[in-house]
Amino acid sequence: MRIKIFISLKNGVLDPQGKAIERSLHTLGYGEVQGVRMGKYLELDIDAPSRAAAERRIREMCDKLLANPVIEDYRFEIQQESQKSEVGGQRSEN
Amino acid sequence: MRWGVIVFPGSCDDQDVFNCLKREMGQKVKRLWHKDALAGQFDCLILPGGFSYGDYLRCGAMARFSPIMHGVVKFARSGGLVLGICNGFQILCEAGLLPGALVRNVGLQFVCQQVYLRVEETDTAFTRGIGKGQLLRLPIKHGEGCYYADALTLERLRKNRQILLRYVDPKGKPLPSVNPNGSLENIAGVCNEARNIFGLMPHPEDACSKLLGSEDGLRIFSSIAAHHGAGEKRHA
Repeated sequence: MRIKIFISLKNGVLDPQGKAIERSLHTLGYGEVQGVRMGKYLELDIDAPSRAAAERRIREMCDKLLANPVIEDYRFEIQQESQKSEVGGQRSEN
Repeated sequence: MRWGVIVFPGSCDDQDVFNCLKREMGQKVKRLWHKDALAGQFDCLILPGGFSYGDYLRCGAMARFSPIMHGVVKFARSGGLVLGICNGFQILCEAGLLPGALVRNVGLQFVCQQVYLRVEETDTAFTRGIGKGQLLRLPIKHGEGCYYADALTLERLRKNRQILLRYVDPKGKPLPSVNPNGSLENIAGVCNEARNIFGLMPHPEDACSKLLGSEDGLRIFSSIAAHHGAGEKRHA
């Protein structure tokens, strides 16, 4: 299974890169843009007996290494061989 | 007193810490490779500055899983003294040994400068030799030193008096204008609740002789040595 993982900064965590990108967009004439936040995007293949098993393993990886729960949220999508994309994962809100 | 300095791939201040302890203070110090298990008896472990694992993913995120960290966590949880400097501070936060996280400097620039720091608490091994409110002049050099913690954690830090160092002006005021990286409340260093683990962004090892422009860093290492000496006397 192909997994796409999206990691984003929690609300309240400063994102100076996002701010700089927003300023650049404004300079280029895209004045309507607001609230730019920059995150990380990962893709990986995983060999798992079932969708639920894959989800469990991915969640573990995110909690342990890929995201830092103090500053980041994550969500992921599982793409079956058929390339049909389904949304899974979690968003810890606090 | 026996000191251990942990060397990760990408550490670059381990030799400075080693020199500071050995040459300037005449201490017994051993460098410890991150791939080895923590073996031997130590009174204080230091995680030095640098760019462990190239800062890939997040600063300190990979180093926390180095084999030696099992021993470090065990040592810390049993009350051993652990000092994390710069990247070492980031690793301790990633490992969950210290609260909060260090994120990209608010100005996006790598900062490399001398700063004034105010010692906020003195009932720790790391600051007991320094008076409360006293100022230290130490260098900082980092790109991800902006201290962040959520409101609840910050409240707990204040209540338990875990904030040990703040960036201040030459008069000792923690003004926003002298905050070099956007850290919450000008925080430059925090300890854990049990007060045996301390992380700070400034580099005391780079302010350990007149030749380097300041000897203020020695005061932190001397505090630790004095704390250990007092403990030895108690147990004798």
